[in-house]
Amino acid sequence: MSSTTLPLKRRAPIRPARVLLHVFLAGTALAWLAPLLWAIFSALRPYSETSTKGYVSWPDKLTFENFTNAFKQSDMLHYFGNTLIIAVPAVLLTLFLSSCVAFYVSRFDFRLNLALLLVFTAGNLLPQQVIITPLYRLYLLTNLPGITASGKLYDSALGLVLIHVAFQSGFCAFVLSNYMRSLPHELTEAALVDGASVWRLYWQITLPLCKPAMAALATLLSIWIYNDFFWALVLISTGQNMPITSALNNLSGQYFTDPNLVAAGSLLTAIPTLVVYFALQRQFVSGLTLGSNKG
Amino acid sequence: MTTDTTTQPPETAAVPPPGASPARTRATHSHRRLLTRRDRITLALMAGVPTILHVALVWVTAIASIFLAFTTWDGIGFDSIKWVGLDNFKQLFNDNPQFWPAVQHNVIWFVVLILIPTPFGLFLAVQLDKRIRFSRVYQTAFFLPVVISMACIGFVWQLVYNPDTGLINSIIGANKPGHYIDWIGDPHLNLWAILIAASWRHTGYMMILYLAGLKSVDPSLREAAALDGANEWQTFKSVIFPTLRPTNTVVLVVTIIEALRAFDLVFVFNKGAQGTELLSILVTNNIIGESSRIGYGSAIAVVLLVISLAVIIPYLIATFRKERRA
Repeated sequence: MSSTTLPLKRRAPIRPARVLLHVFLAGTALAWLAPLLWAIFSALRPYSETSTKGYVSWPDKLTFENFTNAFKQSDMLHYFGNTLIIAVPAVLLTLFLSSCVAFYVSRFDFRLNLALLLVFTAGNLLPQQVIITPLYRLYLLTNLPGITASGKLYDSALGLVLIHVAFQSGFCAFVLSNYMRSLPHELTEAALVDGASVWRLYWQITLPLCKPAMAALATLLSIWIYNDFFWALVLISTGQNMPITSALNNLSGQYFTDPNLVAAGSLLTAIPTLVVYFALQRQFVSGLTLGSNKG
Repeated sequence: MTTDTTTQPPETAAVPPPGASPARTRATHSHRRLLTRRDRITLALMAGVPTILHVALVWVTAIASIFLAFTTWDGIGFDSIKWVGLDNFKQLFNDNPQFWPAVQHNVIWFVVLILIPTPFGLFLAVQLDKRIRFSRVYQTAFFLPVVISMACIGFVWQLVYNPDTGLINSIIGANKPGHYIDWIGDPHLNLWAILIAASWRHTGYMMILYLAGLKSVDPSLREAAALDGANEWQTFKSVIFPTLRPTNTVVLVVTIIEALRAFDLVFVFNKGAQGTELLSILVTNNIIGESSRIGYGSAIAVVLLVISLAVIIPYLIATFRKERRA
């Protein structure tokens, strides 16, 4: 250590550039939140007041009435239930099936690895509308008497679960196979020599090591599937069977009659997403970047 | 200081030692001998079941789209499928008043997303990467629109743009007859109004991707640039930006796909009516609209498929080549 080295541990003085940056970021962040804040503000005001005073006005009264009305009138709980019936099996099945594929290509067959991953990843990148016309017909032609209430894949939770799993497993297989390939091979080699079955290698050795990636993907999938609008819009015909996100579209004409109720209703549908996001923020972001951080 | 450590993908940490590959192939061969019959069946099922499901619902339907685009079909019995050659495409290109506007809007959608929110997202990422206080709070604010469903965003922006009760018209007083601005219904305005909402969301998405890319920039590069006396802009331009190449590729592909997929937001906003037609909307209207013409809807889907694959295939080939070399 010579005496010419700079003392690095000194606290940085407050620089005007930094202050300016904070002002800019805080202002931009506020502007970014403005539409959402506006929606919250509108939802908190009674309709009678905004219709006489106008929407840009000082509130006399703020109340949660719109939220409770939107929730009760439209039987929102029922639609949240519909989403749950679809999302939970879809997330679990996607994770299970895509981890199976990833295990196979990353541990056993390197030749197939590339072709299989190409098919899966490309499939996940296709716009949904490319496949919807034949898919819709297929769902109408598939007769499942007694298995689904509609007797077909069309208009059933099962149909939505299947398309979610098929579509999302592309992305998950890609991420998980990259993850598994980075695990040390000695672990499975040794177990294999000891005569462990393939299933044990997967279930008891590989999967527990993939917990971080699985948690990230589970978070991401939950939010994506919850937010799905398109599949349910086309593949569900009965309003009663719709998951919450696409039901919102139906409800907005029927039950949410004024802008304040629409605001409350749409904010209510966003709450579960936000709860999951704030609880598992790190998993969500790392999941998003896991798939794209190939460099 | 924030405790902002996104889980780095471990491939950076676990680089196989040089010369590991021959050992690995040897191991695979010995694997084969160690596998029992039951193991082989297990493996076949593990790879087979997900592949069959994915291929059946995604690829078979995509190929069926191509096939159906050259036919007319009433959707009832398979014997009513009639081969009509290029008729659907001819009608689409020549007689459909919505088709070319839709193509144009999809192109505008991409151009706007790549020119405005993408650079802005990069700019925000660079600022937030400086280890400033409250970085987490700012990030959350910008990222919130990415988490909320597109349908919900559509409703939120309706509250902003509503010509009678919306935020903008209430402030500027354009909700009275005489100087009435219809942001949602006016075909000259509505596409741009929606694009503001789409850009609002896209910025946060790009910011997160770039933040992840910036995290993997070697800190010694910055130090070297600082020692050479480069200022902030010079460092970014000649040191940081070139190292973001892989991220830029991902960003480009993601933006193209987002532009082709754009649907929910527009559908909720104004059902894709005059002025906001998109290819995705035309395909969907052919199913849930009044006229359900299978062959015709498939022809529009084929246009979408061709554009998508022209982007997806080169990207994946490049990605996997890199994987191979790594």
